[in-house]
Amino acid sequence: MTALSASVGGKRSTGGRRRSGGPRPATIVAFLLPFFAPFVLFYLVPIAYALGQSFLVVRRTPGQFGHAYTTFGWFTQYAEALKNTEFWGSIGRIALFGVVQVPVMLVLALLMALLLDSPLLKLKAFFRIAAFMPYAVPGVIAAIMWSFLYSPQLSPVIDVLNAIGVPANFLGPGAILWSVANVSTWLWTGYNMLIMFSALQSIPQEIYEAAKLDGAGNWRIAVSIKVPIIAPSVIMTTVFSIIGTLQLYAEPAVLSQISSNISSTFTPNMLSYAIASGNNYQQAAAVSVLIAVVTFVLSFGFMRLTSRRSEES
Amino acid sequence: MNRESRTGRVAAMAIMFLLAIYFLLPIYFLIVAATKPQGDLATTFGLAFSHFAFFDNLKTLFGGSTNGIFLRWALNSAIYSIAGAAVGTLISALCGYALAKFRFRGREALFSVILGGVLVPTTALALPLFLLFSAVGLVNTYWAVFLPSIVSPFGVYLARIFAASAVPDELLESARLDGAGEFKAFFSVAFRLMTPSLVTVFLFQFVGIWNNFFLPMVMLQKESLFPITLGLYEWNGQTARVPMLQESVITGSLVSIVPLIIVFILLQRFWRTGLASGALK
Repeated sequence: MTALSASVGGKRSTGGRRRSGGPRPATIVAFLLPFFAPFVLFYLVPIAYALGQSFLVVRRTPGQFGHAYTTFGWFTQYAEALKNTEFWGSIGRIALFGVVQVPVMLVLALLMALLLDSPLLKLKAFFRIAAFMPYAVPGVIAAIMWSFLYSPQLSPVIDVLNAIGVPANFLGPGAILWSVANVSTWLWTGYNMLIMFSALQSIPQEIYEAAKLDGAGNWRIAVSIKVPIIAPSVIMTTVFSIIGTLQLYAEPAVLSQISSNISSTFTPNMLSYAIASGNNYQQAAAVSVLIAVVTFVLSFGFMRLTSRRSEES
Repeated sequence: MNRESRTGRVAAMAIMFLLAIYFLLPIYFLIVAATKPQGDLATTFGLAFSHFAFFDNLKTLFGGSTNGIFLRWALNSAIYSIAGAAVGTLISALCGYALAKFRFRGREALFSVILGGVLVPTTALALPLFLLFSAVGLVNTYWAVFLPSIVSPFGVYLARIFAASAVPDELLESARLDGAGEFKAFFSVAFRLMTPSLVTVFLFQFVGIWNNFFLPMVMLQKESLFPITLGLYEWNGQTARVPMLQESVITGSLVSIVPLIIVFILLQRFWRTGLASGALK
């Protein structure tokens, strides 16, 4: 994509000379503005505003009838956020969640994509649609559906498990994080699978010919040829999954309606919302900024790490 | 060789069948539960049909004690998603096309800013947006949900790729030679060529808005403005006090996902194009 513009550079930066028939600057602006105006207003301005808020503190003038006023407070809000045990609790929870759920989901997605791309499988269209269908279900609704399957009163899954002598409590303190993880896995595996599958489909078949002549089996071809080729897609799905994990809100919020083991500060996002609901916007802004920074660091860090790895090999 | 591929085939089918059951089970459960009368939910086995009360459930859901609020939520969701995705697709197409076809200074810088936008957690935007919107009196209006929804950095990203690959420069050049202005050239030549891929952009944004929950939750207090997701969430929170709502939550969930599933199955190939180009970056 960057190759497109490599030749443009600064060559035509002076004089405003244009290729005959090329669009005038005003025309270019007219094309860009309908997107950029709302992008600035509803993306960049809120980010700047949150940043600004996060550096403010509310103080009170001294005395019994002192009134509150807002003033610049450097990193006070950040220091306070970092001292908050609930903040670290939510970060720890989400880290554990991400370290387990993201790999499980992506390995599952990769396995399905490889199977769908292999000659081993029949009924491919059915499997593809079945896996992708959850993507049509909003997170809130998915969590509501699963909450019925987790509920001791309604769940047929618990009925079956009890019938074969396995006690099950999906809402207990030890299980609840994984019950949330299951909803995310259910929702996003098919989406990630389809991204990887699309990448697999775009590999020209001739590549496999030589390997087949050498007697490599399907499994061998999958592991040593297909997976390395679609590595960029796997990396992209990982980055999207990291972003999604750090944003987790709707699913645990729904499950908190039926389980007392999900507190109002279960995930960083829930914490930020809970703080904002208590009218401490500056503190909430600091938490939001911290989440965004962690998101950026993790996604860019992961991309850097993997691109260096692939350059070395 | 033959032996290996037969066991491989059986294993592959077995794995995929298990996974298909996993993906379809909650939806099947929902269908079964939506056909049952409220009283049967807790007393009968969840995966087996009992008394068929689906139409009664629909009647309760859409009318009766709730004053048709569910229908309102469904309409709201449709308005937010269709209008938001339509406007969003148009502005993404204009911007993506300009980034692909016009040469100007700062083009790549602008594109990087947009790509950065893809990485911004949208939930991080909702709270500051709420504060800004309350300052200008937009909170608790349709605009509060609609306006932020039209911005889709991912849509611009896709539109740029599609414009670069689907619109030949020669065609634009000849349109210009015929005296067409840039907008005329865009709408009469480029837009038509980009249409199949713009359907993809539209679908992604449509689903994104339809599924959105955090933004409306932060912005809206008035029940009559809720989208389906927020409405069902509120109802679900009340089932402990109003157990009769449970059946409506179940039926409502089913009603709200059926249109999307149909759209999905009918428009499958558009998803594939979108995800493929996303994957090829």
